[in-house]
Amino acid sequence: MAEVEINSYTLNLGPQHPATHGVLRMILDLDGEVIERVDPHIGLLHRGTEKLIEYKTYLQALPYFDRLDYVAPMNQEHAFALATEKLLGCEVPERGQYIRVLYCEIGRILNHLLNITTHAMDVGAMTPVLWGFEEREKLMVFYERASGARLHAAYFRPGGVHQDLPDGLTDDIMAWTESFPQVLKDIETLVLENRIFKQRLVDIAVTTAEEALAWGFSGPMLRASGLAWDLRKSQPYEVYDRMDFDIPIGKHGDCYARFVLRLEEMRQSLRIIRQSIEEMPGGEVTSLDPKISPPKRAEMKHSMEALINHFKLYTEGYHVPEGEVYAAVEAPKGEFGVYLISDGSNKPYRCKIRAPGFAHLQASESLMKGHMLADAPAIIGAIDIVFGEVDR
Amino acid sequence: MDEPLKDLASHIEASLENEVRSTAIANGELTIQVRAEYIVKVLTFLREDRECMFKCMMDLCGVDYPGRAKRFDVVYHLLSLTHNQRLRVKLQANEETPVPSVISVYRAANWFEREAWDMYGIMFSDHPDLRRILTDYGFEGHPLRKDFPLTGFIELRYSETEKRCVYEPVKLTQDFRDFDFMSPWEGAKYILDDDAVVEGDAPGPGSGKGSGSGKGGAG
Repeated sequence: MAEVEINSYTLNLGPQHPATHGVLRMILDLDGEVIERVDPHIGLLHRGTEKLIEYKTYLQALPYFDRLDYVAPMNQEHAFALATEKLLGCEVPERGQYIRVLYCEIGRILNHLLNITTHAMDVGAMTPVLWGFEEREKLMVFYERASGARLHAAYFRPGGVHQDLPDGLTDDIMAWTESFPQVLKDIETLVLENRIFKQRLVDIAVTTAEEALAWGFSGPMLRASGLAWDLRKSQPYEVYDRMDFDIPIGKHGDCYARFVLRLEEMRQSLRIIRQSIEEMPGGEVTSLDPKISPPKRAEMKHSMEALINHFKLYTEGYHVPEGEVYAAVEAPKGEFGVYLISDGSNKPYRCKIRAPGFAHLQASESLMKGHMLADAPAIIGAIDIVFGEVDR
Repeated sequence: MDEPLKDLASHIEASLENEVRSTAIANGELTIQVRAEYIVKVLTFLREDRECMFKCMMDLCGVDYPGRAKRFDVVYHLLSLTHNQRLRVKLQANEETPVPSVISVYRAANWFEREAWDMYGIMFSDHPDLRRILTDYGFEGHPLRKDFPLTGFIELRYSETEKRCVYEPVKLTQDFRDFDFMSPWEGAKYILDDDAVVEGDAPGPGSGKGSGSGKGGAG
């Protein structure tokens, strides 16, 4: 029988496929089961956030950041708040900074819990997601008790945080940090040494440090390749320089390293949470500058000045001095940056959002090439993408 | 605090005196303006030079200034892990002349340049695959330009009669309202519209700059 030439064929994956973690559409060229070419089509969740922000005051622009990476909303707000504060030249009181650090780390655990558990589910492990989401729910209750909303918090505002923490909340968070390590341990025992799990992840999508840099990786994707780069340590913001924590790094740069690294990062986040609660000072949580922060409700009852300030802040907003800044935070997924240009009015002239997932996803072709089709979900899971931030 | 930045700025200026137009330090950040045709050379230098070592390109984006002859800025944000330093590189571009693509220097530039093309219509020469990236298939226009209206031109809905999605011109039940908050005492750079004042209307968005998008907005 004559040999038959088998051509590669093209497969459309997504945009509605559970393994694509949202609305990713990928055009895959396959040779048998081996991936030869990947063309991710993104933008199916594009909402024009950057354009909308140009038409909103700085305070109105803030909630859009909750809707970017909606698994760790406050970390995104943080970058925007930092950028605005840098332009305004305004100081955040110490207690406000501690609360921000506390909630950033809660956000990190929220994100990593979602990622590692759904990642495990992508490769066949069902149980971690059930256990992990129970803990996520508790964390979202902490979000709700501080800000009033489980997801779209709008809690970090330029100048500080919106409100002080209610009584007893820090005690409950402290108690949770005692119980959570056991859950982590349980999840670990299910998957880490599991033969099937390892077969699906070890040596998949290996990235060297040079490649990771060239692709603009950041966060766990960079650290899994062996580079100890963490903005919380290298360019500390808020009170991270006072915190005692370690940066875990991976050695092999494969999906398994990324998975284990995120598990370890949650433990480090717990350390930071405990420290920030223990060291948290009293005092104000937001800047006292009446031109930036709204006055207290009680004050407004008798002070005309406070009433005027309140009215002006919530209609016109504050005018931000002309200039441009780039503020970056170590969001759970990597470097989340906001490049803000102000023209001196009450609305940003330009607000570019640098989402870590965007840079990570564009490397997917080089990550997937030569792997089997079944590895594609494992790789997408390890990249940790959320389309809110990739598409903006 | 700005001392290392000043050293870096003078080093870059000395090494690339023909390519760099100016350097500036503001808000603790160094910005260099370069001539568009030399961008590949400048970035290659910044990546390889021992005192720069900007191995990472974190961000690339466009900015639109419609009043300028070269209306776009292309902004590159570089990061050096070795020196723990950030750098902003800017160049100016217009709609016709393409900017050299920097994919040969930073692979990460690929999607960012596609995004700048999609959002602003900035062309990049030698880009292997300059397609739209974020907007819809078949989209027309460049939405982040300042002259593109916030509400866009077409809207999409599912038609029950035709059993498919249909594109239609945008119909707004209420005109888009864009209030002008610049105080006429403090900062308004435009001249008040005399007629509006005589008729007793508040000098709202209908007068002066920005009236294009805000017509009828005072209601």
